[in-house]
Amino acid sequence: MTDATPSDPIQQGIDNLVKANEVVLFMKGTPEFPQCGFSQRVVALLNHTAVPYAAVNVLLDPAIREGIKIYADWPTIPQLYIKGEFIGGCDIITEMAANGELEALLAPLRPAQEN
Amino acid sequence: MTHANLDTSIPKPEQLAELVRRYIPDARVEVGLFSGDDHFEMRVISAAFEGKTRVAQHKMVYAALGDHMRKRVHALALTTSAPQ
Repeated sequence: MTDATPSDPIQQGIDNLVKANEVVLFMKGTPEFPQCGFSQRVVALLNHTAVPYAAVNVLLDPAIREGIKIYADWPTIPQLYIKGEFIGGCDIITEMAANGELEALLAPLRPAQEN
Repeated sequence: MTHANLDTSIPKPEQLAELVRRYIPDARVEVGLFSGDDHFEMRVISAAFEGKTRVAQHKMVYAALGDHMRKRVHALALTTSAPQ
């Protein structure tokens, strides 16, 4: 899925982030303060699922901002990864939220309701 | 494919559609603007998408747009599908 080489520390670091988090969103800004409409939309869709996710603000690190595009061979941000797999950007996540695929993917990862 | 002479210009919607049609010959392509002159929305329908994941379908369109996607196009809202 990737051209990552172990010798590239940026790609290795991204790979670690993707593998260490069941759900991770690379975005512009933070879930609290998204700085791009596309990132904002994916945050809203993820928040709606009530499944916890990690978020990486690519605006804080130009190397990650460019590196993530190489990692997924995908030219845009945001990028959502679930269980180590690149799922898509804003358009695909929007489509998957509308047709139930996102819920089907994330439901098994939802923490059990207490009480 | 090089776009060396297009460095400063923002492509017109029809130019983007033509690039996609060239790369995916049977593609039915609709392109419009949803904001300003560099926020594009595009729908592509092609039998070439049959059996491919949406990620793979979008990558085919991005490949068709080449450097335009990386440099000139500020935003592209993309929908792809195989013919019904």
